[in-house]
Amino acid sequence: MAGRKRDDTITADTFLEGIWRENPVFVMLLGMCPVLAVTNSVMNAIAMGVATTFVLIGSSTLVSLLRNVIPKQVRIATYIVIIATFVTIVDYIIQAISLDLYNALGAFIQLIVVNCIILGRAEAFASKNRPLKSVVSGLGMGTGFTIALLCLGSVRELLGSGTLLGFSVFGAQFEPWVVMILPPGGFFVLGAWLLLFNWLRERKARLELKEETVHAR
Amino acid sequence: MHADSLTFIFLNAAIVNNFVLALFLGICPFLGVSAKLKTAVSMGFATTLVMLISSICAYAINSLLVAYDMEFLRLISYIAVIASAVQLVEMSMKKFSPALFRALGIFLPLITTNCAILGLALFQTAKEYNFVQSVSYALGAGAGFILALVLMAGLREKLELAEVPSVSQGAALSLMLAGILSLAFMGFAGLGAQ
Repeated sequence: MAGRKRDDTITADTFLEGIWRENPVFVMLLGMCPVLAVTNSVMNAIAMGVATTFVLIGSSTLVSLLRNVIPKQVRIATYIVIIATFVTIVDYIIQAISLDLYNALGAFIQLIVVNCIILGRAEAFASKNRPLKSVVSGLGMGTGFTIALLCLGSVRELLGSGTLLGFSVFGAQFEPWVVMILPPGGFFVLGAWLLLFNWLRERKARLELKEETVHAR
Repeated sequence: MHADSLTFIFLNAAIVNNFVLALFLGICPFLGVSAKLKTAVSMGFATTLVMLISSICAYAINSLLVAYDMEFLRLISYIAVIASAVQLVEMSMKKFSPALFRALGIFLPLITTNCAILGLALFQTAKEYNFVQSVSYALGAGAGFILALVLMAGLREKLELAEVPSVSQGAALSLMLAGILSLAFMGFAGLGAQ
């Protein structure tokens, strides 16, 4: 490490890349289990997103502070213990704030420990960067994750129960698509979002190609 | 069938509440290693082995923690046990079957972060299963994981030959497939209990 020039500057990009270009869910396909399991309503999605972001920021800070102390051979085990500590904290906090929410999220709060986004960030980013930069990047990733959860949660709640955050949207005569709040709906909605993003990306690539050929003439 | 009989627990974990298709646990390896049937089968068996080991260890640890009134350490100790079990399986596989070890690649250490395994340990604690029931539950969950992985791999191998629009290639198509599979598994929903 010593002697090598390090890039310590924090730019807007440190925060923004987690939201769009390296979105953990839509681009990197990480942490799929909670994305599919707890997005049957907007409220669950928000709670899960906030909880994950908290763990992400907490573990990033600690890993980054201890990055020169942790021996290389046992680093993964150390990261997991650090993450598990923060998850236990979140677990007890949510239980204290709202028991309903705790029951709705079920085991998935504790399963934040095995969310690959968090371990991936600890290994790939926090262990190599200064604490402040790690926190900003963690916040970006967490926000990207929360946005992805919201994308799924809102579609599923809207179609599956005709409500948004518990308020009725379509009125009483709407026949809900129950399948959307059941497991298959999670797969279908995420698949549809990925299709949409693929289409956007292809369209952009096509437009750029067209522009280049125009310039070439 | 009684709700606490061993057969019921096994079938409930394997089919009715399939870990992958109904409870959304272990989606990463489900999407990651289901491209080829052969790797899918070996990944399934490796995961089942880890599930069995960690289920037994988790049972022992939980009785210890309850005896000393230290349940808040449950999550941390479970994940430590799972990480060591994975390390064990990884080392034995490296020694006995290097080819398989290379084929599974990065996904072998990632069994540690497979939520199906931690989920199993947490669920068996929440359901207060005794030792034999826990083993049956672990085997059922493993069988269900293998079943889902093999079904998916079989479908994806066939799909390789199909011509699909370029937008839907890759993960999007796999997720749609998984949705249809999950829809089929919902047919079992009436048979069991949560």
